[in-house]
Amino acid sequence: MERVILIKYGELTTKKGNRKFFIQTLYQNIQKKLKNLDVHITKDISRMYVTFQEKDLEIILKKIQEVFGIHTFQVARKVPTDIKTIQEACLEVMKEEDFHTFKVETKRSDKSFPTPSLEFSRQIGGIILKNIENIQVDVHTPDVLLQIEILKGYTYIYTNKQYGLGGYPVGCQEKALLMLSGGIDSPVAGYLALKRGVPIDCVYFEAIPHTSLNAREKVISLTKKLAKYKDKINLHIISFTKIQEEIYKNCDSDYTITIMRRMMYRIMEKLSLKYKALAIVNGESIGQVASQTLHSMSVINQVTNMPVIRPVACLDKLEIIDLSKKIDTYDISILPYEDCCTVFVPKHPVIHPTLKKCLENEEKFDFSKLIDEAVETHQTIVVEEEMEDFSNDLF
Amino acid sequence: MIYLDYSSTTPPRKEVLDSFVESSERFIGNANSLHKLGLDARKLMEKAEEQVASLFSVLPSEIIFTSSASEANNMALKGIAQFYQTRGKHIVTTKLEHSSILETCTFLESQGFIIDYVPVDSFGQVHLEELEKVLRKDTILVSIHQVNSEVGIIQDVSKIGSFLKKNYPKVFFHVDGTQSVGKMPVCLDNIDLFTCSAHKFYGLKGIACLIKKKNVNLVPLIHGGKSQTDFRSGTPAVSLMVSFAKALRLALEDFEEKYQDVKEKNLYLRKELEKIPEVVINSPRDALPHILNLSIPKIKSETMLHALEQEEIYISTKTACSRDSSLSLSLDAMGRAKEISSTSIRISLSYLTTKEELENFLKILKTKIKELNFQK
Repeated sequence: MERVILIKYGELTTKKGNRKFFIQTLYQNIQKKLKNLDVHITKDISRMYVTFQEKDLEIILKKIQEVFGIHTFQVARKVPTDIKTIQEACLEVMKEEDFHTFKVETKRSDKSFPTPSLEFSRQIGGIILKNIENIQVDVHTPDVLLQIEILKGYTYIYTNKQYGLGGYPVGCQEKALLMLSGGIDSPVAGYLALKRGVPIDCVYFEAIPHTSLNAREKVISLTKKLAKYKDKINLHIISFTKIQEEIYKNCDSDYTITIMRRMMYRIMEKLSLKYKALAIVNGESIGQVASQTLHSMSVINQVTNMPVIRPVACLDKLEIIDLSKKIDTYDISILPYEDCCTVFVPKHPVIHPTLKKCLENEEKFDFSKLIDEAVETHQTIVVEEEMEDFSNDLF
Repeated sequence: MIYLDYSSTTPPRKEVLDSFVESSERFIGNANSLHKLGLDARKLMEKAEEQVASLFSVLPSEIIFTSSASEANNMALKGIAQFYQTRGKHIVTTKLEHSSILETCTFLESQGFIIDYVPVDSFGQVHLEELEKVLRKDTILVSIHQVNSEVGIIQDVSKIGSFLKKNYPKVFFHVDGTQSVGKMPVCLDNIDLFTCSAHKFYGLKGIACLIKKKNVNLVPLIHGGKSQTDFRSGTPAVSLMVSFAKALRLALEDFEEKYQDVKEKNLYLRKELEKIPEVVINSPRDALPHILNLSIPKIKSETMLHALEQEEIYISTKTACSRDSSLSLSLDAMGRAKEISSTSIRISLSYLTTKEELENFLKILKTKIKELNFQK
């Protein structure tokens, strides 16, 4: 008996005019996600159907759980719409389940099918009761819900519904740039942006020799984790050493972090123009550190007019940690390598910075040239979930 | 030459050796170094960890590479004993274990720990009722092998593990899987610590691992700072780890086929041996087919070993590691008479073994029995 995976769309079914575009985006994303597998995907206005090789089922289900824009999915039997065949298939499906109580639900979009839905559910329920021992019907909280969808020509039968990630298909919004530091918060921010369909590029500021290649590797590993949700991710690496050293030499020590963040935002804005991104995304969370008080945010934010999306702004640290564990970035994030934000931490960073003092500090050196240089000299790495590695042949 | 001692060690596969040589040449850095060469070596090591972890369905951080299964067994027993001694000083194991468990237990006994050995039945099986009888309030560890190295007895470690988790959740369960990995299915649910070694599955000698679940703590055997894990110091043997990961992957490929093949050879050998009146087969029918233990009463184990060696047939008496002693402890524990336990030899098979080798072995064995069977 043929089995197919039924994929039902998330929030996108509410988007009337754009529905087609959303579905097309999701379709392409699923195709990319399953590219190395022998599958065939078809779509209609309400769902997708994936036919597959039985041996690949487990891996396919795992991959589907990493695609945004999916509300639920289930493995269904596909049989011709014929009463006898449906009855047999239902019984076979239920014999594989381990349960005490069950319920049958029928949806009949093929109205030419002679038996009304309720009546048909009752008939099937009767057959199951007769053939499987020690079970009973429970219409309120059944252990197993057997669902039958009768369409023209074909009928789908399934029991187990699994929830997808929800959200929008990545790519149905415009691009944004994520400031990815290596900490716990920014990967989570990236994940949440992806969840709303925003295709992100990541930007990493490094200050070699003050930061190490280990720190860069860590950021690459984090980007790989995010690449689960977006085929390939561009990681732009900014050499921030000169700027950071100039700040450290010239500015008041309590303002170094504030000025550093302003420089980063300036670079982000220039990169956004270059890569046609419409927003900056970062992992700032209100009040978490000195540079994330509302005072600081306001003063730092004044260097750009671009929207700065802070998906975790209102989450507690523990909530962010939970999410980071869920997306598997936590263990990488806690690796103890210095990053740009930790190398030159002043003893007492200012928590109520003023714009006036920022401007005074920034007059002390010619930063605009350095910023242009940083943008011009940045490197880009294309990061994939499974990257062809220089050592694959050894394993 | 006819090699029938695969349970002592296996020849490394060419691909595994190639990986070792190539990674040694290409990755010269110390994985503990901070520079790029160190980082490259570390990344390679992490890949090895990941591959091994995924093949065992555990976390990469749960893999501790060691130099040998003996070291892993030592680490598990001594490490747990030291870390949890305030909780209790009682340890349970069996007499069928490898010497690296038995002798470590003897050592721990000298340090004030109390060791109890669960009795086994005449087929070598540990029964839960017997296990329950020796468990105490202060038991901290149970260590039982998955496959006995001398006779090939398979313990149902999944059953023992789930029994312990359910009834004695505070007792840690260590399984020595040195003889099982690559030969039979291994499931690490309900097992806290697990030992295995590459050279038993066509990998290299000098690399083994202890899998230690993340909820388990232990005191390291070797102190000395950052390394592959916090639990064992020393410059990580990255190339060996890579070779381990590769050997494990290859060992688990076509696993079913190889198992069936060895099983058929075992059945053939058994059938033929049963026709020789002097031979007593010690391995139960449900033992691992890779190991066939037999005794020829009146002919001492070592005499037979050397007699066969003259014809370039290599078998072993007990496990290669056990100290010189004329008795097989495993057979003794199974209640066999001395004339059986002092005359046992172990034949161990591989998918590499050919039917022709077995035919020749049988022919020569019969001749040797005739020649040597003059003792009273």
